[in-house]
Amino acid sequence: MALDRLKGLLDQAFPGSEVSVEDRTGGGDHFQVTVASGRFHGLSLVEQHRLVYDALADPLADGTIHELRIKTRGAA
Amino acid sequence: MSDLKGQIKTIIESEDVALFMKGTPQFVMCGNSQRALEALRRAGAPVTAVDILPDPRIRQELSALSGWPTIPQVFVRGELVGGADIVEELAQNGELEQTLTERLGPEYRDAGAERVVELTAA
Repeated sequence: MALDRLKGLLDQAFPGSEVSVEDRTGGGDHFQVTVASGRFHGLSLVEQHRLVYDALADPLADGTIHELRIKTRGAA
Repeated sequence: MSDLKGQIKTIIESEDVALFMKGTPQFVMCGNSQRALEALRRAGAPVTAVDILPDPRIRQELSALSGWPTIPQVFVRGELVGGADIVEELAQNGELEQTLTERLGPEYRDAGAERVVELTAA
């Protein structure tokens, strides 16, 4: 299932962080991901989103993700 | 460098605000492109829009240049500002207007109407 795959990839890339993945439309290919991680400290939003894209490079390339919304924030 | 790549590079570097999107401002073909366009409009940005849909190579060359995998992509004076989520967030917290003022000057709203540039494949 795509949700679990994306969540697994993000958990792996951002260990110990708060990660959530939501299927926005129920269609299984429009996702909202939210990541709160200490890795974002001191990074611009572009750099933060790049890290998320890097983590999800495979599902982005193979068409699993048709549309992706990203929300990042530093760890609380 | 392919002709297409050169055209994209020129737009990124020479336009005040370049929006690479699916469709055109008059006929937007994607929700995220719509979100980015609306955020830019709210900030009064002088948008130059480029439709990436006519040729799949536009998107390939663009992402190769920017290192950004998704559409839309917004550049201000050559620098990637982000995709729809970032531009929307920056518009909401006022940073987009601040960035535009810093890079384009306080009169940036007067820079002119929305434009559409068409890329011509070689």
